[in-house]
Amino acid sequence: MTFYSPVITNAKEAADNEKLHLFKYVEDPDQPKVETYESHGGYQAWRKVLSTMSPAEVIDEVKKSGLRGRGGAGFPTGVKWGFVPNDSTKPHYLICNADESEPGTCKDRVLMERDPHGIIEGMGIGAYAVGCHLMFIYIRGEFGHCAEMMEKAKEEAYARGHLGKNIYDSGYDLDMIVHTGGGAYICGEETSLLNSLEGERGMSRIRPPFPAIAGLYACPTIVNNVESLATVPHVINRGAEWYSSLGTEKSTGTKIFSLSGHVNRPGNYEVELGFSLKKLIYDPAYGNGIRGDRKLKGVIPGGSSTPFLTPDMIDVKLDYESLVEAGSMLGSGAVIVFNEDTCIVWALKKLIHFYRHESCGKCTPCREGTGWLEKIISRIEAGQGRPGDIEKIEEICENIMGHTVCPLGDAAVMPIQSAIKHWRDEWQYHIDQKKCLVKSEFAF
Amino acid sequence: MILTPESIQRIKDKLAQYPQRKSAVLPALTVAYRQVGHLNDDVYREISQIIGVPTLEIAEAATFYTMFPKQPVGKYLIQVCHNISCSLLGADSLVAYLEDKLGIKKGDTTPDGLFTLICVECLGSCATAPMMQINHDYYENLTPEKVDAILQQLRSEA
Repeated sequence: MTFYSPVITNAKEAADNEKLHLFKYVEDPDQPKVETYESHGGYQAWRKVLSTMSPAEVIDEVKKSGLRGRGGAGFPTGVKWGFVPNDSTKPHYLICNADESEPGTCKDRVLMERDPHGIIEGMGIGAYAVGCHLMFIYIRGEFGHCAEMMEKAKEEAYARGHLGKNIYDSGYDLDMIVHTGGGAYICGEETSLLNSLEGERGMSRIRPPFPAIAGLYACPTIVNNVESLATVPHVINRGAEWYSSLGTEKSTGTKIFSLSGHVNRPGNYEVELGFSLKKLIYDPAYGNGIRGDRKLKGVIPGGSSTPFLTPDMIDVKLDYESLVEAGSMLGSGAVIVFNEDTCIVWALKKLIHFYRHESCGKCTPCREGTGWLEKIISRIEAGQGRPGDIEKIEEICENIMGHTVCPLGDAAVMPIQSAIKHWRDEWQYHIDQKKCLVKSEFAF
Repeated sequence: MILTPESIQRIKDKLAQYPQRKSAVLPALTVAYRQVGHLNDDVYREISQIIGVPTLEIAEAATFYTMFPKQPVGKYLIQVCHNISCSLLGADSLVAYLEDKLGIKKGDTTPDGLFTLICVECLGSCATAPMMQINHDYYENLTPEKVDAILQQLRSEA
């Protein structure tokens, strides 16, 4: 059916802008075909790596580029690759994390649908760098169409000799498995993903050991986000120096931002890191302002797990450091925009419902805490809030934050804490008056 | 047997890829779900025989994942995203609209067995909200007119 997301992108801008690279061909309907991908310079980085570079040189180049993980944590990709032990006799694995489920995020999906070979090429380079001969892409189960796309691209890549035995006569063998999940947000967290890929319930693992030492099947494993890996061929083709010249000093390169919520032009936009959040929301080439000429109430800049920014804070650069300085995080780059008609309690009820639903249940603070939070926030929203509820929420948040094995607990808490910090009066109004200060009735 | 020879073959093909057989559990459940429409103990037992993983371990995994219904659902499983980005663009009113058009409440199935309506968490269509997934397909940028046309189309195909 809808095989191809109708989402808006800035591919036209990317086509003419030498600095942008991920979105250059995403509006070309033939780009998923291997011949078209090759005609656009595809698989050249893969050839270059296999014919002229050692794994250590690849790791070094990616380290020098400053590329950081685009899934949320922002950990330097090359440094991560360097954690795989050289002296291990076990098989090594590389997994592309395509379990895109952070609310607000819809960027990896577009790369899978529209440029699948770019991902395979990046995965191949990563696999070679860490000494892996069997790589996986773990795709969330609901993205069945993406899995079909990747499966087809994989078959083409085998047929053209980009995968398989003795690739380009280099003596290097590489196989690939397209794996689909079963619908669980937690599986985007890397240790839960590993359990899921092993056919278990997707519950997080205690670290250490870190996956780079003992990951899939207890073997050294690297898990990288789709966008991170799709960036790698460009780093190899044009060099670390070029890549690190993009963006800011510490946040190099470009990033895809998924812009959603109350803007006139929701979409996926590739921009250099350090781009203005305000411009992304208001510029006609991107968000084109708030829908229906309403005023802005707040913005979540990095996916639903990151703290809110208020309108006076949006003159901020979209890079890892600037957003931390502003009290939030870059996360997955999912910018969610809320207009003045949004009841903050209503919005948080939606979010905490999600985190309660997705908590895997392993850690008590997250399992029980998200349930309590949902109960209290829902009763406030329903006009049954009690005096002391805000303080109770704050106390529960403090008892979850930092007390869980994986970041899901923190993720559930951060938007709540920031929403109380910025709009405490509105929470109080909801409890005192037993109704919303503004009613969120959005027609579709 | 519930699983067709085609499904069994597909599960075997998946199994052959993996270094460890238990990794084939989710792919097998996916094949079964796509054929049967839901999962149950009989399906777990059949998968167990094909991939050689105990039935209990298959059930244990299956019950963790929300994408697979564990009881029969309508021919068309309508899954409306009610997470934040879709809610900001009217997911609540979309659900109300569907309830009205189908004459059922969220969680129910129409008496003719055609439609089941449920809400699900973020499906990664945040910039094309509001959206719904019907069986395995995405329907995005929804408007009342589009929803009417989709329902009509599905009814005529049923």
